[in-house]
Amino acid sequence: MRMTVSDEDLASAAQSGDEHAFASLLARQYDRLFRLCFRLTGSRHEAEDLTQDICAALPAKLASYDRRSKVTTWLYRVAVNASHDRRRKQQTHGRAADGWGDWELNRQAAIAENADRTDWLTTAMGQLPPDLRDTLALVLDDMTHAAAGEILGVSEGTISWRLSEARKHLKSLKEKEGA
Amino acid sequence: MNDDFDLDDLKSMMHDATPSPDTKAKAENLALAQKNFADFQGSRNDPRPTSRPNIWTGAKLMFNKFTSRGALTATTAIVACGVMIGTPQGRDILNITPEAPAAKVALAEAETNISPTPDFAAPTVSATVAPAQAVDMEVDDAVALRIEPEAQLRRIAPATIEVEAIQQPALDLPLAPPPIATANPNAGVPNLLDLPPLSNPPEATTETFANEAPNPLKITSDEPVSTFSIDTDTAAYSVIRSSLTRGMLPPVDAVRIEEMVNYFPYAYAAPTGEAPFQPIVNVFKTPWNTDTQLVHIGIQGEMPAVEDRPALNLVFLIDTSGSMESTEKLPLLRQSFRMMLDNLRPEDEVAIVTYAGSTSVALLPTQASNRQAILTALNNLSAGGSTNGQGGLEQAYVLAETMKSDGDVSRVILATDGDFNVGLSDPRGLETYIEEKRDTGTYLSVLGFGRGNLQDATMQALAQNGNGTAAYIDTLAEAQKVLVDNLTGALFPIANDVKIQVEFNPATVAEYRLIGYETRALAREDFNNDAVDAGELGAGHTVTAIYEITPVGSPAQLSDSLRYQAKQPASDTDELGFLRLRYKTPGSDTSQLIEAPFAALGAPDTEALFAASMAGFGQLLRDDTYLGDWGWDDAIELANDNRGPDQFGYRTEAVQLMRMAQSLSN
Repeated sequence: MRMTVSDEDLASAAQSGDEHAFASLLARQYDRLFRLCFRLTGSRHEAEDLTQDICAALPAKLASYDRRSKVTTWLYRVAVNASHDRRRKQQTHGRAADGWGDWELNRQAAIAENADRTDWLTTAMGQLPPDLRDTLALVLDDMTHAAAGEILGVSEGTISWRLSEARKHLKSLKEKEGA
Repeated sequence: MNDDFDLDDLKSMMHDATPSPDTKAKAENLALAQKNFADFQGSRNDPRPTSRPNIWTGAKLMFNKFTSRGALTATTAIVACGVMIGTPQGRDILNITPEAPAAKVALAEAETNISPTPDFAAPTVSATVAPAQAVDMEVDDAVALRIEPEAQLRRIAPATIEVEAIQQPALDLPLAPPPIATANPNAGVPNLLDLPPLSNPPEATTETFANEAPNPLKITSDEPVSTFSIDTDTAAYSVIRSSLTRGMLPPVDAVRIEEMVNYFPYAYAAPTGEAPFQPIVNVFKTPWNTDTQLVHIGIQGEMPAVEDRPALNLVFLIDTSGSMESTEKLPLLRQSFRMMLDNLRPEDEVAIVTYAGSTSVALLPTQASNRQAILTALNNLSAGGSTNGQGGLEQAYVLAETMKSDGDVSRVILATDGDFNVGLSDPRGLETYIEEKRDTGTYLSVLGFGRGNLQDATMQALAQNGNGTAAYIDTLAEAQKVLVDNLTGALFPIANDVKIQVEFNPATVAEYRLIGYETRALAREDFNNDAVDAGELGAGHTVTAIYEITPVGSPAQLSDSLRYQAKQPASDTDELGFLRLRYKTPGSDTSQLIEAPFAALGAPDTEALFAASMAGFGQLLRDDTYLGDWGWDDAIELANDNRGPDQFGYRTEAVQLMRMAQSLSN
C-alpha cells in the first residue's frame, strides 16, 4: 500500500507528524542519498558521515519541504547544503593538531586510509572547484540540468556552462596524467 | 568530442566507483533519523493554521459564529448527514444500495441541495433533511444519534425545528460522525474527502525549553503555604536577550521569570549573623495594581574573602561535536575560558575533556600556573562528529575524582550547545547519573552556547541535579559576567539545598501568587525533608522571589468568599505571613532553619523596584493576565528609574531589551 504512495504524499504526511510515512520515505531515498553523498565528497568515509549528519537533521529540515517541488529535488538540496557546511568546517579546521587525543588520531588515520584507496576518478573530482563538483555529482546522478539548477539555486544555463567547464578541467587533468 | 571530455565514460566510472551503503550504518542512520523525528514531533509547536480558504473554511467560519450550542449541534448533524448521503464514501458507510429506489430519489434531491460552498443556512437545512427523512431507517438514525444527547438544547435553537420532527431512538452506529466537540468539521472528514492539508508546519528549530504553566492565583484560606526551591540560573535571561537582539520575541516557554529577576546583582544587606545568608522582606504596592501588594524576598549570600577560598579543581567538559563550529559557540567558548583562566590562582587545577563521537582528554590535570599548556589545549579544540554527552561526563567525573584532595572544591563545567544526540540521550538517565555524582561532592555547572539547537530542558535538568547553575553564554560580555565577575559565586557554594516556604495569614491576605519559579515548585512536605534536592546559593549571590498578594478587603480580590465555610478565626496579629528558609552548609547532610515573620507595608527601595520591573517584563513576555492596563511604557519607566549605580551596565542593557521587546510586540 505504502509503496504506491508518491514521495510527495509521504513527505506531506511526515510533515504533519506521521512517523511511518517518514520512515518509508527515508528508507526509499536512503541509497540514493548515500550515492549522492559519495559523489559530493569523493570518499566512502566522508559520505557515511555526511549521510549520518543529514539523517540526524532531516526531521527538522522537513518543515522546509514545499510540495511544489519533488522530494528528490528537495532532498538533494539538503544534501548539497550539508556537504557545503561540512566542507566549510574542514577548511577552517583542516589542520589537525598532533597528539591531543585518540579521537582526532583515529579520524586522521581513517582519512589517510581512504586517501590510499582513491582512484583517479575521486582525485580528479576532488581537484575540481566545489561548484563544478556539485554540478557534476548531480548531473552524473541522472538529474536534468533544470533540476540540478533548482537544487543549486542557479539557472539551467549556468549548469550547462559549469558542465562544460568541468569537462575542460577533467580533460586537462587527464592530459597531464597521460603526458 | 576532441576538445571535450566524455561524460558517459565518467558516468560509468562513477557508477562503478560508488560503493553501496554500509548496511549497518544504514540501519543506524535510519534509526537515528526516526528517533530525531519522534523527538522533533514532541518539541515543535502546533501547526499554524493556514489562511488559504478551502471548501471547509466558510463552514468553519459559520460554526465559529454560531453562539447557540443547539444550533451548532443541529448544523453539525446536517453536515454529517449531508456527507453521509452526499458522497460515495458516506453512502458506503451507510450501506445505501443503489437498487433502493426511494433512496435514489432522496439522494438525488439531497445532492442538489448540498452545495460545496458552506451555505448551510437554516432554510436550506430543512430542505435537505426533510427528504432524507424518507430515505430509510439508517439515515434517520445517523441524524438522531447526533441530536439525542443535546435534547434539552434543541428547544432553544430555531434552526432545529425540522430536525426535531425526525427524531428516532439513538442507535450505536459504527463510524458515526464525530461528537459535538468537533465544531471543526475538518477533524473528522478529511479521510473521506482527501482534502489538501490544512496547515503548514511552523518554521523549524530544534530548541527545547523547560517551563511550566504560570503559577496560578492561590486562595490563602484554601492553601496558605507556598514552597519552592531557589533558582540562581540565569540562562533564561540570556536566551531572551539573544532572541530579542535577533529581532524576535523569545519563545514563551523560554521565559522563566525568576531567572530574569535573578540575572541581576542586587545590593541587599550583607548577612551579619552566623548563617551564610540573610533574608530581607519588603512589602510594597504593586506597580501594576494599586489594590495589591508585592512581597519581595531578597537573599544575600555572604562573600567570603577571596584569598581564603579553597583551591579549585575544574574539569572543563567541552562539546566538540560538529554543531559547535559556528562563531558563537566554540570560538566564543575559547575566549571565555581564556578570560576565566586569568582569574584563577596558580594552585588551582584545570583539566579538559572533549566529547564528540568519542571522548578524549585534551588536557590532563594541569596547574593554572602552567598557562601556556592550558591555552594550547584550548586552541587545539576543533569541532566535528556527533555527540555523546554521557561518555564525556563519565570521563570528566573520573578526572575530577583523581584531582580531589582535602578541602578542594571540584566542579565539572560542561560547555555545550545542548546536543546529546548519540548514546544515552534521555535526559532522565543522565540526571540520575549526575545525581549520584553530586553526592560524591563533585558539582556540575552547565554553560549553553549558540542558538538553533539549544536543549534548554536538558541543560536545566543537568545543572539542577548536579548542584550547579545553568548559564547561557551569547556574548563575550555574558562570559565576563558568568565566568569572571561571578567567578567566586559560580564556583563556591556557600549553602546547598536552599528551600523557601512562605505561610500566608488568611486573616490579612486573601489571595497570593508566586511570580515565576514554576519549574522549582516543591511539595509542602518536601520542605522539611532533607533528602529532597533544591537550589544552591553561591558566594555573594543574591536571590529574589516576589509574591503578589491581595489583602483581605481589597477591591482587587478575584475570588468571592465562601458562604458555608467557617469564618477565618480573627487573628490578633497584623502579620502578613511567615517566611521559613532551609539550607545545608556545604558538606553537611542536615538542614538548618531560618524563620522570620513579615508584616507592614513599607517603602520599596530601588533594588526591590528594579526586581519588580523585571517581574513585569517577564510577565509581559509570557502572560500578562494579571497586569491589567500596565504595559511596556510603564515597565520601561519603572526599570529605567531604578537602575541604581549599575556598575556593570546590566540594568541599562535590560532597559534597552525592554524597548526592543516593546517594538517587537506592537
